[in-house]
Amino acid sequence: MDKFLAVDEVISSLAAKYPEQVEVVEETLQPAIRVTKEALVQVMQDLKNEYKLGFLADLTAVDAGDEGFKGVYHVMSWKPYSMLRVEVNTSKDNPSLPSIVDVWPAANVQEREAYDMFGIIYEGHPKLTRILLSDNFEGYPLRKDYQLPSRR
Amino acid sequence: MVINNNNQKPYTGEEEVAHKNIILASIDQVLDYARAHSFWPVTFGLACCAIEMMAAGGARYDVARFGYEVFRPSPRQADLMIVAGTITEKMAPLVKRVYDQMPEPKYVIAMGSCAISGGPFVDSYHVVPGADEFLPVDVYIPGCPPRPEALIHGLLLLRDKVKNPKVVMRKHG
Repeated sequence: MDKFLAVDEVISSLAAKYPEQVEVVEETLQPAIRVTKEALVQVMQDLKNEYKLGFLADLTAVDAGDEGFKGVYHVMSWKPYSMLRVEVNTSKDNPSLPSIVDVWPAANVQEREAYDMFGIIYEGHPKLTRILLSDNFEGYPLRKDYQLPSRR
Repeated sequence: MVINNNNQKPYTGEEEVAHKNIILASIDQVLDYARAHSFWPVTFGLACCAIEMMAAGGARYDVARFGYEVFRPSPRQADLMIVAGTITEKMAPLVKRVYDQMPEPKYVIAMGSCAISGGPFVDSYHVVPGADEFLPVDVYIPGCPPRPEALIHGLLLLRDKVKNPKVVMRKHG
């Protein structure tokens, strides 16, 4: 068995399987793909079950300013070793993404954290409430347009 | 009883009391003296300052020399709260609850810049800017985090404050 999983083959295979939905991200050092919102759950299921990338290392979000929000997922395989980043774009005004709790139960708390900090609605999440901040907190502090109240 | 030898004057008044090893004091003074020399801090740490607090309790710095080593796991048995660390908005109600569970008389030490004013997180979105927002703080110990010696110095200042409540009131009130 090879020590490293060939991510390029995974990406090209995925791109052939979902020509409309999967797009290869070129500008980064780390292997990455961009997926449409509708195909996210299906692609994640394939990555986990067919391509041996069975470990969800990280789930977070990025505020890309006027381009809206990005959901970012890092999936990896320990043996053979490999890591792949999956990005999903969503709108700025009404950010929402499908939940992948059904694929990885560990996504539960991380989706809650991304909701807590960015206000992204994960559709299908069993309990989407604030997790780190207090329940009566107003606003989403990791958004670029969040204003810190000065207290000095 | 008055001892009367031929070559000694009879003891009277204060001299007689001192001779019998008796100290006259009000009950308040005695209680304050006892309290000041045996604080029972509640076992309670919020962030990295708690590590220094533990070091102060350990063998090298040995806060037990002063009688303050009995860190109580239950707030109902404690009379001193050392707020050691950053207080977040989510933690603040729980800190308040622990303080409310402590029996009177009780004292609060704000240890480190976070507990004094929020420290480096003063402009953060979810940090309480200082323990004195919701607790009556007796002694502030600056530092980030303060060394165990600083904590011991703060405890000794609190000792003086508890022993001489009127002096403290006059000085700062």
